[in-house]
Amino acid sequence: MLHLGVAEPMRDCEYSQISTRSSTPMETPFKKRTPKRRKWQAFPGRNKFYCDGRIMMARQTGVFYLTLVLILVTSGLFFSFDCPFLSVKLTPAIPVIGGVLFVFVLGTLFRTSFSDPGVLPRATPDEAADLEKQITNCSSSGYRPPPRTKEVVINGQTVKLKYCFTCKIFRPPRASHCSLCDNCVDRFDHHCPWVGNCVGKRNYRFFYLFILSLSFLTIFIFAFVITHVILRSHQEGFLSALKNSPASVLEVVVCFFSVWSIVGLSGFHTYLISSNQTTNEDIKGSWSSKRGKDNYNPYSYGNIFTNCCAALCGPLPPSLINRRGFVESDTSQPTPPTNGITMYGSTQSQSHMAAATPLMQTETVILTNEGSLPGRTSLGGPCSGALPLGGQPTPPTSNPNLSSDSDMLPLRKDHIDGLHHHHTDGGHHPFLTPEEAPSPPGMLPCGSPVGHSHTVQGFYNPASQDSLHEDSVRGLVKLSSV
Amino acid sequence: TRHSASLATKVFIQRDYSEGTVCRFQTKFPSELDSRIERTLLEDTVKTLNTYYAEAEKMGGQSYMEGCLACATAYIIFLCMETHYEKVLKKISGYIQEQNEKIYAPRGLLLTDPIERGMRVMEVSVFEDRGSSGSSLSSSATSGGSAQR
Repeated sequence: MLHLGVAEPMRDCEYSQISTRSSTPMETPFKKRTPKRRKWQAFPGRNKFYCDGRIMMARQTGVFYLTLVLILVTSGLFFSFDCPFLSVKLTPAIPVIGGVLFVFVLGTLFRTSFSDPGVLPRATPDEAADLEKQITNCSSSGYRPPPRTKEVVINGQTVKLKYCFTCKIFRPPRASHCSLCDNCVDRFDHHCPWVGNCVGKRNYRFFYLFILSLSFLTIFIFAFVITHVILRSHQEGFLSALKNSPASVLEVVVCFFSVWSIVGLSGFHTYLISSNQTTNEDIKGSWSSKRGKDNYNPYSYGNIFTNCCAALCGPLPPSLINRRGFVESDTSQPTPPTNGITMYGSTQSQSHMAAATPLMQTETVILTNEGSLPGRTSLGGPCSGALPLGGQPTPPTSNPNLSSDSDMLPLRKDHIDGLHHHHTDGGHHPFLTPEEAPSPPGMLPCGSPVGHSHTVQGFYNPASQDSLHEDSVRGLVKLSSV
Repeated sequence: TRHSASLATKVFIQRDYSEGTVCRFQTKFPSELDSRIERTLLEDTVKTLNTYYAEAEKMGGQSYMEGCLACATAYIIFLCMETHYEKVLKKISGYIQEQNEKIYAPRGLLLTDPIERGMRVMEVSVFEDRGSSGSSLSSSATSGGSAQR
C-alpha cells in the first residue's frame, strides 16, 4: 500500500539536448520555501487520507472502528481470561496459536483497509476531450451503437465497456465505479463498510485472507471458550463457572453471531476466487449460464487451482494514484475552477492549448518587457497559504510553481520556458496568458518568498533572444513530458 | 534562426482489452501521426511495451514465489524489496525515455509513460514547429487551432 515511487514525474535539468525524461530524479538548486501540496490533498474522490497520504480509506469509517473494537475486545478478553486457564490445563500452544491468528487478522485487516484498492485515476482533460470527440464522431456515422459503451471481445465473450461520466473514462473490463468513494476501481469486488474501504484488485487478497483468518480466529476462540467453560464446570459447576468467568459469556455471544456471517462470507469468497469472479459479477449474474447457453466467464483460467493462485499469489500491481507525489502534473487536477485566477487551472486542454498559442505571443511580451517580469513574479508570489479559495481540489495556481514543485524549479532554471512549462503543465498559469496578465488582484503576495522572485529576476534579465527561444523549445518539449 | 515549438495536439493510444484485463495497448496506428512518424517505428514501440507489461503481469513460478514469500512475511518484505511489477515498470520508463530521445523527439513527438496516465492511455504529444528555418523539429502543417478547446 505504500506507493513505491513508481510514477513520480521528476524532471531532469539537462539543457544540452531536448530533455524528454519524465521520471528521473532531479536536484533542486532552490530551497523550497512554500509547502508543496501532495496529490492526495487534491484527490478528486471521496476518500480520506491519513499519515500524509500513506493511508487511504473510504469516507465513512465508523463501521471499521466497530470491527476493530470487536476483534480487539474479544481477543483481549480471550487472552486475559480464558488463556491462563487453558494454557495451564491443556497446553500453552493455545495462546500462541491464538496470538499468531490474532496478529495475522489485524495485519490483513489493516492492509485491506489502508491500501489503495485499485483506484483508476480520472482522465486528464485532454483525454476526456479526445474521447468526447471520438464518441461524437462515431455517432455521426451510419451505424450507431449506443454512445458511451464500447464492445470488446475477450476470450470469445462479448463484454461491454461502459463510459464513466464522473471519471471520464471507458471503464476497463471488471472495473466499476463505487458511488460511496466516487472512484472507478479496477476489478471492483464490493465496497465493504466493515473494513472501511472498497475491495478491488489491489486489496482483494488481503480481504480474503482477513476473512479467512478471522473465521479461524472466531472458531478458535469460540471452541476454546466453550472448552474453558466446560472444564470449569467439571470443577465447580456450570453456574459458578460462568460467574467466575463472565468474559467468556460475552465472547461466546460475539463469536456465535460472527461465525455464521464470517464463515459464510469466507465460503462465498472461496467460491468466487475459485471461479475468478467478483462479487459484483456474481450478483449481477454476468457469467451465469442462466443468461445464455454460451455464457461463460472469460477471465477464468479454467481450473480452480490456477484461479486461486492468480487471485492470491499473482503479481500485485502498484497504485496508479500517486498519493504522495507532489501536485504539478495534470492527472490529479481535473477540477472546476474556484477562483478567477484558476480559470485556466481546471481543464488541462484549455491550459495546454490556450496557453500554447498565447505562448508565442506572450513570449515576445516577456522578452521585451523584462522589466515587468520581476514585478509579475512577485505578484504571482506564492500565496499558497493565502488563497484558500475552493479549499481542497484547487490546483495551486497561486504559486507560480516556481516554489510549489521542486521538480519544476531546475527546469525553469532560467527562463520563460520554465514558466511556460508550469502554466501549461499543471494548468498553473502564473500570468502569462493574456487574460490573466491584467488580473493580479487575487495574487497579492502574502508573505511570499521574495527571495524567490529575486532569483527569478536574475534569470530573466541577461538572456539573449535566441537562446531564450532555444530554451523555450526545450521547455515546451518538456512541458509535455508530464 | 529562431526555433519555437508549441504543443499542437495530443494523440492517445488506447488500451486493447481483447486479451482480457492484462495491460496492452492498441497497435493500430493512429492516423493523426501519419505524417509525423513511420508506422513501423511506433508499432514496434507499442509492441515492445506490450511485452514488457506482459512480463510484469506474468503469473509464473517467480511471481508465485514472491507472493508466497510476501504473505509469509506479512508483506513487510515489500518495505525493503521492490515487487517484480515495479522493477519492470522501471525498465519501461527507461525504455520510453530512450525511445523519446532517439526516435520521437527528433520528430517533434513525445511519448508519455502510461503509468502517469493511470495506465489508461499512451499519450503522444505532437509538437508543431512554428519556427522559420533550420528547425530541428519536423515541420508540419498541423494547426494548433483544432486542439483548442
